Amino acid sequence: MLVSVVLFCIGLFIIVSKKNAIQILIGIELMLNAAILNLVAFGKFDKTNNGGQVFALFAIVLAAATTAVALAIILNVYRRYKTIDPDKINQLKD
Amino acid sequence: MSLVQAMFYLMAFVTVGSALVVAAGKNLVRSIFLFFVTLFGLAGLYVLALADFVAVTQIVIYVGGILVLILFAFMLSGKEALATAEQQKTKFISLHNLPAFILAALFLVVMLNVVFKADINNLPWIKTAIATKNVVPVNGTGINDIGVGLMTRYLLPFEVISVLLMIALVGAAHLSRKEPVEA
Repeated sequence: MLVSVVLFCIGLFIIVSKKNAIQILIGIELMLNAAILNLVAFGKFDKTNNGGQVFALFAIVLAAATTAVALAIILNVYRRYKTIDPDKINQLKD
Repeated sequence: MSLVQAMFYLMAFVTVGSALVVAAGKNLVRSIFLFFVTLFGLAGLYVLALADFVAVTQIVIYVGGILVLILFAFMLSGKEALATAEQQKTKFISLHNLPAFILAALFLVVMLNVVFKADINNLPWIKTAIATKNVVPVNGTGINDIGVGLMTRYLLPFEVISVLLMIALVGAAHLSRKEPVEA
């Protein structure tokens, strides 16, 4: 639990402070992993249904899907703006 | 201190330490590879939480899939990414990062408070689980249960997530295609 909390806060810090979309993505992954760690830790107390572990599996798959789409978006944004600094991307349509 | 506890503290230290270095590092490549270490530490923690299947899945999907994707995107966005990473010459706790640091620290305090108030070892449902022997045994493996559960009790979420993965793949391919030349 404590490890999970610390990881979540590090992820939050990365998201807010970094100026690079890829680093922000890493922060998001870190926060997701913190949540999954909690699921797994409490899944130990559910032998018959395995609720925690199965849900952790679903969460991992969702994280993978999210990352794939987010990286595609980042590449697209990079191709259009030649930068991946989110502070500099300020127009919705050109 | 037993061996399991020692392993837990070792894994926790590796995970948190490498995550901190990811947050503090200025070099993007180095932080990506340290994220790799963090993921391995997390997989070790899963094993210690008696979830071996989740640990293997974590290694396969995160280390094999997501990290390679991130590296791929990093290589494709090339010099610009490196330039912005180098440009960020600020210290870990500097004026630029101070609001972010304060936010994260306050959130840490709140979450720690919640964790200590929750009094994990005395939660009623955990007590009933221990009383009814509903705890995953240390010597057995739960993979069999997980497989049966995925095909029976969790069949609907399983199918839904497969469709969602399909949609995400098609969407990602569509997003990253070359723009057609305007005639």
